[in-house]
Amino acid sequence: MNILKFLTAGSVDDGKSTLIGRLLYDSGAILVDQLEALQRSNRKNDDGTIDLAILTDGLKAEREQGITIDVAYKYFQTDKRKFIIADTPGHIQYTRNMVTGASNAGLAIILIDARKGVIEQTIRHSFLVSLLGLPQVVVCVNKMDMVDYEEDVFNKIVSDYKSLAAKVGLKNVAYIPVSALKGDNIVHASERMPWFKGNSLLPYLETVEIPADTLTEHARFPVQWVIRPQTEELHDYRGYAGRVSSGSFRVNDKVTVLPSGFTSTISKIELLDSEPEAAISGMSVTIHLEDEIDISRGDTLVSAKNKPQVSQQIEADLCWMDTKPLDTTHTYFLQHNSKLTRCRIQEILYKVNINTLEQEFDEDFKLNDIGRIVIKTADPLAFDLYQDNKANGGAILIDSRTNVTVGALMFRANAE
Amino acid sequence: MSKQQLDYLDELEAEAIHILREVAGQFEKPALLFSGGKDSITLVRLAEKAFRPGKFPFPLVHIDTGHNFEETIIYRDNMIKRIGEKLIVGYVQDDIDNGRVVEQKGKNASRNQLQTVTLLNTIAKHQFDACIGGARRDEEKARAKERIFSVRDEFGQWDPKRQRPELWNIYNGKIHKGENVRVFPISNWTELDVWNYIRREKIELPTIYFAHERDVITRNGQLMAASPFLNMDDEDVVERRNVRFRTVGDMTCTAAVESYAFEIDNIIDEISASRVSERGARMDDKVSEAAMEDRKKGGYF
Ligand SMILES: Nc1nc2c(ncn2[C@@H]2O[C@H](COP(=O)(O)OP(=O)(O)O)[C@@H](O)[C@H]2O)c(=O)[nH]1
Ligand SMILES: [Mg+2]
Repeated sequence: MNILKFLTAGSVDDGKSTLIGRLLYDSGAILVDQLEALQRSNRKNDDGTIDLAILTDGLKAEREQGITIDVAYKYFQTDKRKFIIADTPGHIQYTRNMVTGASNAGLAIILIDARKGVIEQTIRHSFLVSLLGLPQVVVCVNKMDMVDYEEDVFNKIVSDYKSLAAKVGLKNVAYIPVSALKGDNIVHASERMPWFKGNSLLPYLETVEIPADTLTEHARFPVQWVIRPQTEELHDYRGYAGRVSSGSFRVNDKVTVLPSGFTSTISKIELLDSEPEAAISGMSVTIHLEDEIDISRGDTLVSAKNKPQVSQQIEADLCWMDTKPLDTTHTYFLQHNSKLTRCRIQEILYKVNINTLEQEFDEDFKLNDIGRIVIKTADPLAFDLYQDNKANGGAILIDSRTNVTVGALMFRANAE
Repeated sequence: MSKQQLDYLDELEAEAIHILREVAGQFEKPALLFSGGKDSITLVRLAEKAFRPGKFPFPLVHIDTGHNFEETIIYRDNMIKRIGEKLIVGYVQDDIDNGRVVEQKGKNASRNQLQTVTLLNTIAKHQFDACIGGARRDEEKARAKERIFSVRDEFGQWDPKRQRPELWNIYNGKIHKGENVRVFPISNWTELDVWNYIRREKIELPTIYFAHERDVITRNGQLMAASPFLNMDDEDVVERRNVRFRTVGDMTCTAAVESYAFEIDNIIDEISASRVSERGARMDDKVSEAAMEDRKKGGYF
């Protein structure tokens, strides 16, 4: 069994939290005491039924205001798959929280209110989903109960969204008409929309194949920690601890250490008491090399046959996430996997108006702004382009004064 | 997400090991908070996977309320002997004795609240900059919101409205002096995942997790272990029942469930079929809808 991570995106009140509540409720993932707590709560729907949204709105402020401020993670499983849901906020001021939820997801559910159709928020969220490289999207046209379950309404929204998808570059999109409130096409096929022949949401999620977001030939292993017991019996033991971020490594593979460029051969792969022949993408292991080379945290082991680029000047998409605007004179920390270095934003190439998708030229980079920039780093980075390899193509910016994470970077081109 | 895909337990394990190694790489003085419960026992196994044959780059820290299940302490001491790592114990009793906290009174008195103070004191005394904990997002709705690297201010407080963005699997552990980071490597595990992992890895657990006979009283509809720490009166009727515990905390706030699950397979069947969540057996969460959020804001795990 594998895990599918997905997020729900959409405008405020489109019904994201209700949809998740419905998924959990109809698939039997809500337990008795949680249900009791729900019934005790005084947030009810107008018709007196329990408001499923409070299952995910876990903060006091959220319940008070009836909105989602930060990502909530929910877990459930069926016979076919395990799911991790990130319920993300719709308000523009919480975009950074949506980005947090989206960065780890393999699929996005984009909700559209059937009465409103494609609106500014839909554009913004679809753009973000595309920017962050989510490989699969499902558009749920929600509140179909409020438009008499009309097929035409659904078809119109599908056709509008198709042009948007083409514009923002989303390739894999599915469409489902639903009512989260009434439960149509969420877990069970709706009898009120016999015209819809596709899968309901849950069966869809259980079976969808998520396209790969890394290239298998990109073997990458960022070293996090060097294990050196330095005891008498393990005097010469030196193991490089990390997680394979993409591709795979086998014993006897030739590897290059970046940024230094030294090469060696894998002599052993370890995971506690076992010695697997290979470590595939996602595995945390300890790798041993035949030669003694100086390797430390922040270095990357890569396949000698297919190397990432090494550069100190990179063009990247930047998503700014701090209330304090970007300061091009300031030196920020940049963290790329286990590598921490310093960097400066050398040039702002353009900003994207995320509601219209137009490029703008504006020196001011504020909270929730997204655009293309060039960074200059203090140390060389061994990176791939985000579109080829998400795992080795993203980095965060940290403000050295506040220590807060202020930006997300997606590398798009070597600018050296 | 390539053709070769990890099974979910392997994926959860790999993620947790990665997080533990990030702690080792990013902090000067981390610690692993060890409660003696199954989640922190799982963390210890994950730390072995992350750092062996080397030593753990952190000590284990136990906040001892003094109201422990004896079985947990026996387990803890045996485990420390087996793994050969350092254990630091912070005693709530010490903070009661030196007047930093006042023991609660009345029928529902518990030291659960008081342990936050001892935890913060222990962190300050040893200047820990990161504390690894076994909390999971599926336990409770405030936990469901917390980051994997969760920054606490110099008063130990969590500010849910000002959480740092946390992207991909890049964790920002940069903090100012006096602040510290709570790190939750098994955030994405469910209760069932933990049990399945314990079974797969053949991890030994304290005996109270398995069905056994015990004297209990029924309070607010829940079975509480009869013990000298529980304030009892004439209304309380002590009964002998077959029970086990789903979480292990202070004896005064951890309720038992009636159970005949003597083996781990029975437990996994029981949980899969159960219609009550694990924290349903925690009195501390029942206080109010925001009980956990409030405690977290105050410095709780
Ligand atoms: N009629 C109708 N109302 C819905 C539907 N889904 C959600 N709602 C209502 O829309 C409001 C906002 O829902 P919520 O889930 O909180 O939206 P969120 O802001 O996207 O999380 C609530 O009053 C819901 O009851 C639906 O399918 N039909
Ligand atoms: Mg919501």
